[in-house]
Amino acid sequence: MATKGIVKGIVSNLVTVEVDGPVSQNEICYILVEGVKLMAEVIKVIGAEAFVQVFESTRGMKVGNEAEFMGHMLEVTLGPGMLSRNYDGLQNDLDKMEGTFLKRGDYTYALNNEVKWQFKPLAKPGDIVSAGDWLGEVDENMQPHKIMVPFTFTGNYTVKSVVKAGEYTIIDTIAILIDSDNNEIPVNMIQKWPVKKAITCYHAKPRPYKLLETGVRTIDTVNPIVEGGTGFIPGPFGTGKTVLQHAISKQAEADIVIIAACGERANEVVEIFSEFPHLIDPHTGRKLMERTIIIANTSNMPVAAREASVYTAMTIAEYYRTMGLKVLLMADSTSRWAQALREMSNRLEELPGPDAFPMDLSAIVANFYARAGYVELKNGSTGSVTFIGTVSPAGGNLKEPVTENTKKVARCFYALEQERADRKRYPAVNPIDSYSKYLEYPEFQEYIAEHISPSWIEKVNEIKTRLLRGKEIAEQINILGDDGVPVEYHVTLWKSELIDFVILQQDAFDNIDAVTSLERQEFMLNKVVDICHSEFSFDGFLNVMDYFKRMINIFKQMNYSEYESEQFNSFNLELDELIKEKILK
Amino acid sequence: MATKAFQKIYTKITQITKATCSLKATGVGYDELASVDGKLAQVVKIIGDEVTLQVFSGTEGIRTNAEVVFMGKAPSLNVGDQLAGRFFNAYGEPIDGGPIPDGKEVEIGGPSVNPVRRKQPSELIATGIAGIDLNNTLVTGQKIPFFADPDQPFNQVMALVALRAQSDKIVLGGMGMTNDDYLFFKNTFTNAGALDRIVSFINTTENPSVERVLIPDMALTAAEFFAVERNEKVLVLLTDMTNYADALSIVSNRMDQIPSKDSMPGSLYSDLAKIYEKAVQFPEGGSITIIAVTTLSGGDITHAVPDNTGYITEGQLYLRRDSDIGKVIVDPFRSLSRLKQLVTGTKTREDHPQVMNAAVRLYADAANAKTKMENGFDLTDYDNRTLAFAKEYSDKLLAIDVNLDTTEMLDVAWNLFSTYFSPTEVNIKQSLVDQYWKK
Repeated sequence: MATKGIVKGIVSNLVTVEVDGPVSQNEICYILVEGVKLMAEVIKVIGAEAFVQVFESTRGMKVGNEAEFMGHMLEVTLGPGMLSRNYDGLQNDLDKMEGTFLKRGDYTYALNNEVKWQFKPLAKPGDIVSAGDWLGEVDENMQPHKIMVPFTFTGNYTVKSVVKAGEYTIIDTIAILIDSDNNEIPVNMIQKWPVKKAITCYHAKPRPYKLLETGVRTIDTVNPIVEGGTGFIPGPFGTGKTVLQHAISKQAEADIVIIAACGERANEVVEIFSEFPHLIDPHTGRKLMERTIIIANTSNMPVAAREASVYTAMTIAEYYRTMGLKVLLMADSTSRWAQALREMSNRLEELPGPDAFPMDLSAIVANFYARAGYVELKNGSTGSVTFIGTVSPAGGNLKEPVTENTKKVARCFYALEQERADRKRYPAVNPIDSYSKYLEYPEFQEYIAEHISPSWIEKVNEIKTRLLRGKEIAEQINILGDDGVPVEYHVTLWKSELIDFVILQQDAFDNIDAVTSLERQEFMLNKVVDICHSEFSFDGFLNVMDYFKRMINIFKQMNYSEYESEQFNSFNLELDELIKEKILK
Repeated sequence: MATKAFQKIYTKITQITKATCSLKATGVGYDELASVDGKLAQVVKIIGDEVTLQVFSGTEGIRTNAEVVFMGKAPSLNVGDQLAGRFFNAYGEPIDGGPIPDGKEVEIGGPSVNPVRRKQPSELIATGIAGIDLNNTLVTGQKIPFFADPDQPFNQVMALVALRAQSDKIVLGGMGMTNDDYLFFKNTFTNAGALDRIVSFINTTENPSVERVLIPDMALTAAEFFAVERNEKVLVLLTDMTNYADALSIVSNRMDQIPSKDSMPGSLYSDLAKIYEKAVQFPEGGSITIIAVTTLSGGDITHAVPDNTGYITEGQLYLRRDSDIGKVIVDPFRSLSRLKQLVTGTKTREDHPQVMNAAVRLYADAANAKTKMENGFDLTDYDNRTLAFAKEYSDKLLAIDVNLDTTEMLDVAWNLFSTYFSPTEVNIKQSLVDQYWKK
């Protein structure tokens, strides 16, 4: 007998329900308002009163409205057919909704029960299997989508039968398993999982070490992120957070990209689903949309569903990871999620923490980032969820609770800086404050030495030092004047400007410059470091500036040319000529 | 407010604060409107049989035995073609002496557009002001505010933009507007012969401040009618959103909510987003573009209102008085239109993005040179050239009195480049330099 309840109080989307039976924390219920069922989640219980947050507008709700409790937490439905879909924060398929405007209480099914999938068995009768083991696979947009033993199954099962290769819908039974009590359990391609729980059907979670290529030089070269790594991008508005995030999601070498638009602009989501169907994945040559899932809870959609949206996205990411795929999850922005928590906490009249955020914000953020990672599956394959979140710090001040708590847990930090953005030095990632902890991982250093070059990390550290030195000299010149410092200082300054203009700055709107292959990044880094190591002769600081400006200009033209094209090579020659002009050794 | 027959009348108010009153009532819906002695109020809290009402015009003079009638509906507006050319107050009642317009009654603050039913904005809005068209190009379906100090001529610029933009309807939402500004808009639109395509919802400083919270929803409900039902291009002007936010903070304060940054309600981001996100481009051709004003105090953009606004809107425009040329300019550093890349270089000439960036970069170099000069250091030849360039750039392109088409603006910029710099100093893609450099 399901628990039922009656509405007793309403303050915005926080509703008090008097219940007639047991309820659990985070249980889902539906409240009937004007003939429409509105979904809500239990967030606090006192005696027979359950406090629920309604995922929709509560306009017109009355005391006495009936509620029905579902006996489970907020779940997502997992199965083939999620790629290329646009979901809302509760995994409703937005394309299936009718009408221009979102209708309250309009819940649509995330999958399609009629489509037939080409199934190939992977397990055979007699196999001993447990949750997350692969029973078979179907082809979803050229990705091997594994059909797995449902994650909710505990203990070991024996495979009784698996259907033979052929076409099946997701509701057809594809295998029969036998549990320890000899019960036969049919399995189809669909499974459900509560979003707030991590999917942990893997053997181990080692430290990540494989570089995840993004084509963005200030990330790959300077502060690399790895498969299964975590990073975050804080920045005041207008510093290019969204452009950088879109660049990463377009170019990253991942099998699946999940974009959680969490409380952000609807037009940004529109940009993704208008452009991605036409853009080509630089790694596979296929359409970007084929590997992408959008979870859209834009800023005008109900606030309570905003919190759910990041969990929905993470759960889908973990699902694909358990298939042995490389998943990249981007959430823009985690600050909006924290604000949603703050709104609820405020209505619950909880004692506030810093900036009125809930006290457990740091625990919530830490738990969420911990769900990312590189995993070894039980069958020896590996999979990963790489998570990059953006943070929108209030007033651009990085000393605020969301940024500080995220900094404690994310391993890469890409600080977007207003001053760089004002000077149009894009991407406006501050090269001195930003960091990637992975550069210090011995596993990563070994991997890079093998895959790129043994001297790579040393060079990366060198340009970072040079950038810092350049900044120091610029400050000295500001105080002492151009002729108040020796000419060598100007040379050092301009060498760091060279690194900034050639490697850090990148035109995200130019087809060629937007994405730089690793090979090309290595070529450019070597070239720039060689110049930094050279000594030049100058008679006065004015010559230094002129000379390096000419050099930067040629490098820029190279960045705009196809790698190793005739044009590229001729600029390269021009550059060598210019270097010969002034070089001493 | 006229009451209908058979409506239950309550006469026992249990609690009165400056903005709210409470009473025992049953069968009341959340968000529902009520009338308290004829004053309009809205349900903001229900706990058991105790209902709390927010009285828009304030609770001055409300008696404990005031007559309270619930209306069974949320605030609404009669929408129809007759709205055009009319002036209304925050409740959607005419203030121009005309009749109450006929039309379909629609609840304001309605549902959001399903993101997959939107179209990517792609239509340029030409204003002739180079500080906008060249550096911060606007697009239909965009939402963008002016961040301005109260003494800056933002209302004039906004009226100029509204009249030059090729829109079918202009909806003006005035919140805490001075009567003088209200008359300015009315006269400007009348003189331009544009009154028949303008709908105005006005709350002046003479009206109660809490009423302001209704203005944006009223204006956008009217805009949605023209954009959805008539497939028209609608431009919505909201001035000034800081007054709106102040009204929100008063309400939340009276509701005993814990304030977050700058004593603003914790839900400020969501409240503002619900308004600005009404900006939309529909596939059928209709669109809502929002140009708003957020006044700053002493230019502080870290204050919660401009800060949250900046994260919601697609860019922001800053005005600044340039003392070198004695004119108001659109500041090229902090101003930004996020949607400009949807049209620059495609709907405008190919060299647009690079010319724009190069000019701003050189303008930044000039700012550095100026700092050097002020600190008493010798200037290099390059510094002097950037300073001269900056002055002319400011005068010929950034000033708000400029009226050129985009191609003319680009030509002016190339002219300035070749006057003061060599191609290597400008740092533009070689193929464009080859084609456009003025020899």
